[in-house]
Amino acid sequence: MRFAVCVFPGSNCDYDTYYVIRDVLEKEVEFVDHRTRDLSRYDVVVVPGGFSYGDYLRPGALAARTPLAEAVYEFAQKGGTVLGICNGFQILTELGLLPGALLPNLNMRFVCREVRIRVENNNTRLTKKLERGEVLRIPVAHHDGRYYVPEDQVRALEERGQILFRYLDNPNGSVSDIAGVMNEKGNVFGMMPHPERASEDIMGSHDGLMLWYSLISD
Amino acid sequence: MKKVRVLIRPKKGLLDPQGRAVREMLQDHGFKVGEVVVGKVVEMEVDDSQDVKTLVEKFIVNPLIEDYEIEET
Repeated sequence: MRFAVCVFPGSNCDYDTYYVIRDVLEKEVEFVDHRTRDLSRYDVVVVPGGFSYGDYLRPGALAARTPLAEAVYEFAQKGGTVLGICNGFQILTELGLLPGALLPNLNMRFVCREVRIRVENNNTRLTKKLERGEVLRIPVAHHDGRYYVPEDQVRALEERGQILFRYLDNPNGSVSDIAGVMNEKGNVFGMMPHPERASEDIMGSHDGLMLWYSLISD
Repeated sequence: MKKVRVLIRPKKGLLDPQGRAVREMLQDHGFKVGEVVVGKVVEMEVDDSQDVKTLVEKFIVNPLIEDYEIEET
């Protein structure tokens, strides 16, 4: 199983993500930069956190219009597994692979701390090693993490099982406490918390590990 | 070339914490102000042959969260 970690100018969680995949999961992993046009040699594509293009225009807006973003789109259309973390989540919404958008935190502050999230759907490629209702401790670090979809769409997401995680202590004002979602087809995932920062005990929590294990199990 | 100005503001009805912070600051200074909206302006020189509306809708704004107006001068 081979992972790709996307690197845009301004990505900054790319090495953490790469490290967890290579050294903790012991899986094959390569960086792919923003000019990459073909991802067919990979099984999982991770869009990591950071401030791609300095968050100019809107977080994720410029990254979502690069050749690599087009390749990620095509990879997802073919059913490939895509995980966007933090800025990666913002990029995937801007790209139209995931519903909704991420707005500035309600208190207008950058929030960087551990949060607790509850698993809402464990019947997915990203969460199958977890229990429904299980609570994970995973850090967030963002300024624009307020998930937004129009109210009527929240129910639709709920009914289709597209809500992956909810905050127990909503740090940013996200609608319906939503911390992570997936697309309708169930192969594209986005979340604001950083599982790559919670994958070893030395980091204070290893609760992110089960997400990675879910991705690599059959 | 034509000059194009795009005025972008948070979509009506969406909470705009920036606007709210500015309003509260002004009120703290004794100004009587109602709603304040903070948006942004993008000014571009665009060749006359270009379809500005498509360019703006596909590449400049996110219509889910932003309202916009295009001014051509």
